[in-house]
Amino acid sequence: MNSDLRSPLNRARGLGSAKSGVHHFWMQRLTAVALIPLVVWFAISLVMLSGADYGMARSWLSSPFVMVLLILTICIGLYHGQLGMQVVIEDYVHNEGVKLALIVAIKFIAVFFGLAAIVASMRIGFGG
Amino acid sequence: MSVANRPVHRPLSPHLQVYRPQLTSTLSILHRATGIALSVGVLYLTAWVVCASGSYDVYAKFQAFNGSFVGRFVLGGWLFSMFFHLFNGIRHLFWDVGYGFEIKDAYRSGWIVVAASLVATAISWIVGLRLI
Repeated sequence: MNSDLRSPLNRARGLGSAKSGVHHFWMQRLTAVALIPLVVWFAISLVMLSGADYGMARSWLSSPFVMVLLILTICIGLYHGQLGMQVVIEDYVHNEGVKLALIVAIKFIAVFFGLAAIVASMRIGFGG
Repeated sequence: MSVANRPVHRPLSPHLQVYRPQLTSTLSILHRATGIALSVGVLYLTAWVVCASGSYDVYAKFQAFNGSFVGRFVLGGWLFSMFFHLFNGIRHLFWDVGYGFEIKDAYRSGWIVVAASLVATAISWIVGLRLI
């Protein structure tokens, strides 16, 4: 017997559970926790690098330790950022078509920039 | 119009303008605003790495913008956004595990976040510009 008092149509309209409800919430928190030490490291590095010329910036960027932490910072930052932007878009954009297009766009942008950062970082580190 | 496409008229919550601005609501919207700024900022950071992987001239153009008045303003705002979103994000994580919900605690943690963000931004600028 169906214990749900709502009709199937009413449930579908209310955007009922798709069985992955907490995934967005959990990934946002997981990436937030990861970003705490990464952002502290990055902010200190940024201040220390202030005024660095081309050579100094490249020598810093070519250290394997920096490469790993910087790629993590950028990629996790992009992931966390697009999760947040998705919520902003869902809150303020009410046209379904525009909303979908924007959400797809921010996900594509995140992947594109993430790969660009990895390739650029490796190009410096491995002397391309 | 079919039943499924008919718009659903749900009651609206009171609108923004009936509320007096408070620290808690101001920091809440500031968290979102700085989050948006940082989403753009991480793209800018990627652009920096890409420029550094390019030629000397490309990097020099990028650095020239950073050193300009507008560039300094953007970087300063970015740094503040980073610190604010970091500290307020930690405040949010405490809420997520159930701490700090009393009104008194929410205000205290809010002021701590404001003070910590301003101090961290100021120290970064003083050290970054080699003022001391």
